[in-house]
Amino acid sequence: MERAIILAASAIGAGLAMIAGIGPGIGQGFAAGKAAEAVGRQPEAKGSIMSTMFVGCAVAESTGIYSLVIAIILLFINPLIKLL
Amino acid sequence: MDVSINGPRIYFTIPILGGIDITETIINSFIVIILVAVICKILTHKMEKVPRKTTQKIAEIIVKTIDNLVVSTMGKNNIGFTPYILTLFCASIFGSLISLVGLRSVTADINTTLTWALMTFFLIHGFGVRKKGISYFKGFIQPYALLLPLNLISEIATPISLTFRHFGNIVSGMIISTLVYAGLASASAAIFNIGIPFLQAGIPAVLSLYFDLFAGAMQAFIFCMLTMVFVSNAASEE
Repeated sequence: MERAIILAASAIGAGLAMIAGIGPGIGQGFAAGKAAEAVGRQPEAKGSIMSTMFVGCAVAESTGIYSLVIAIILLFINPLIKLL
Repeated sequence: MDVSINGPRIYFTIPILGGIDITETIINSFIVIILVAVICKILTHKMEKVPRKTTQKIAEIIVKTIDNLVVSTMGKNNIGFTPYILTLFCASIFGSLISLVGLRSVTADINTTLTWALMTFFLIHGFGVRKKGISYFKGFIQPYALLLPLNLISEIATPISLTFRHFGNIVSGMIISTLVYAGLASASAAIFNIGIPFLQAGIPAVLSLYFDLFAGAMQAFIFCMLTMVFVSNAASEE
């Protein structure tokens, strides 16, 4: 019985953790918009602008990856069952 | 549907020092080492002062690119970083790209990325101490002494975020590929009623273009860029 509750709670927790996926979506979309604006303003610098945008996007993605790692750990490794 | 997403398989255990596990990661790391060594040997075979062979020109282009990257990020006097940055980049990109031939990515194991992130951590503080002496540690009390716990936490967060960014991107690609393969296998069994999964040929290749090639190359580049930026920040704060 307790095992069922822990498994259900892990699943719900994994789902709630992935709400953090909103953050990188908004942040990287904003960065891409600013990059498009910059390319429109100076089309010669397109290569450098794109590299900067990619670096910024990869750093902004890290909090989304943290929540994904928590969700994966909860779903596939079930650490809380060992605490029963 | 039988999907199994596990950690790296342990092949055998050496029974000294409490048992050292020889896992898939270690075997694949040695394969990456041999691959990079063979490529370097081919590219630098019979070098001349004025290059005539194409392989030497390719080698010089690679070294020049990384030299320019290091100089533009860290300043002209830090050009000695190029061998380490190029090694890290090769280890990371080949470690992620061997999943294209069926082996498990070396960087899909958190031990690998944690090791590289800890090396960056020690490089940051080592170069800070070398540049500024023991007064490097006074930088943690700037601008207010009350900010010391926050500064310490942000220093510890640096290797943790480096580790999880690289590990999370590669592992999530691996998990999504596994799930897509399993889903296509059950879809072929449902549509065609034969045990041969026809639908597994072709569709996962498009996904692997993003998850293996693009994410692997991006994460290698980002890891190197962040290492360079952090080290140059710590060694040159005025």
